[in-house]
Amino acid sequence: MVTEDMKKLIGLSSEPSVSEVEKGAIQRFAIAVDDPNPLWTDEEYAKKSRYGGIIAPPGFFGWPAKAQWTFGMGGPMADVLAEFTKAGFPIVLDGGMAYEFFIPVRPGDTLVSTAKVTDIYERAGRAGTSLFGTIETTYVNQNGDIVAKGQATLIGRPLG
Amino acid sequence: MAEQLYWEDVKEGGEVTTLTKIGTTQMLVRWAGASGDFNPQHYDAKFGEAAGTGGIIIHGALKRQWLIHLMTDWIGGEGTLKKFSCSYRGMDYPRYMKTMTEDLGGDTWLCKGTVTKRYVEDGDHCVDCEIWVENGQGQKTTPGSATVILPSKG
Repeated sequence: MVTEDMKKLIGLSSEPSVSEVEKGAIQRFAIAVDDPNPLWTDEEYAKKSRYGGIIAPPGFFGWPAKAQWTFGMGGPMADVLAEFTKAGFPIVLDGGMAYEFFIPVRPGDTLVSTAKVTDIYERAGRAGTSLFGTIETTYVNQNGDIVAKGQATLIGRPLG
Repeated sequence: MAEQLYWEDVKEGGEVTTLTKIGTTQMLVRWAGASGDFNPQHYDAKFGEAAGTGGIIIHGALKRQWLIHLMTDWIGGEGTLKKFSCSYRGMDYPRYMKTMTEDLGGDTWLCKGTVTKRYVEDGDHCVDCEIWVENGQGQKTTPGSATVILPSKG
C-alpha cells in the first residue's frame, strides 16, 4: 500500500514558519486547559521560580500552532494527505504526538518551526490495514537553540 | 500548589497524583481558539454526525495537554518534563452546557500514571512514567508515556 510516490515524500521539509510567543496567548492556552499553574501566568510568582519569569506550558509554541497537522495544512502534510487519499485511504486521523523538550518557551520568544516527513509505513490491525505517516516539527528560538521537537502521527484509513 | 516532589519520594510502581478533568463544549471552544485548531468536528454536532463520529468529539491535542498538565503538576516547579508521548486511541464526547457556567453532566476524565523506572542518567535524576486519560467507563482513550527530571535531596 505504501506507494513509490509516498516514499518520495520521506525527508521532505516544509517552509519554515515563524510565530511570536505572546504572554496573552500563553494565558489563553492555560485557561483553555484549566491549568491554573502560576508559572504560566503570574509574573511575580514566576520571578521567584528557577526560571526567573513566566514560561509557557510544555506543548505551547506560539499562536497559531501552524505545525499542527489540523491547521494550515500546507507543504509536506498536504502532500501526505493527498497521497493517502490517492491510494484509497482518505480518512485521515490524528494518531498522536511525541515531544522532546530542551529549553522552556518564554513570552517574547520568536520560534521558527520546520516540519519534515520522517516516515510512511503500513500496519495491519483489527480494522484492516492502515497507513501511517510521521511528521517531525523542530522549533528553534531567536538564539538559534532548538527548544523542542514534536513528532505527529497521521493515520490513513479506507472508507467504510 | 502541592509540595515539591523529590526523586527520593518516588518508587517504581508508585502512582502519579491523579488529575480530574471535565471536558465541556465550552472548554473545546476555548481550546479551538487557544490552539488555532478550528476543525468543526470539535464544536459542530451536525458536522460530527455527518463525519460519522456521532457528534462533537474532544480534540486529541487537548487530551495531550491534559496529560502534560498531569505531569507538570506532579513534578512541581523544580521538576522538568523531558519527554512526552501519547496516542489518540478512542473518541471522547464532551459534556454539553446547561447555563453559562454549568454543564448538563456526562463523563468525568481521570488523568493517571504509574512510575515504570527510576534512574540516574548523566547526573540527572530521572523517572519514566506510563500515563493515560481514562473516561467514565474506565477506558484508556489516550495512553502515553513521559520522562521527567526531579530534584534530588542529594
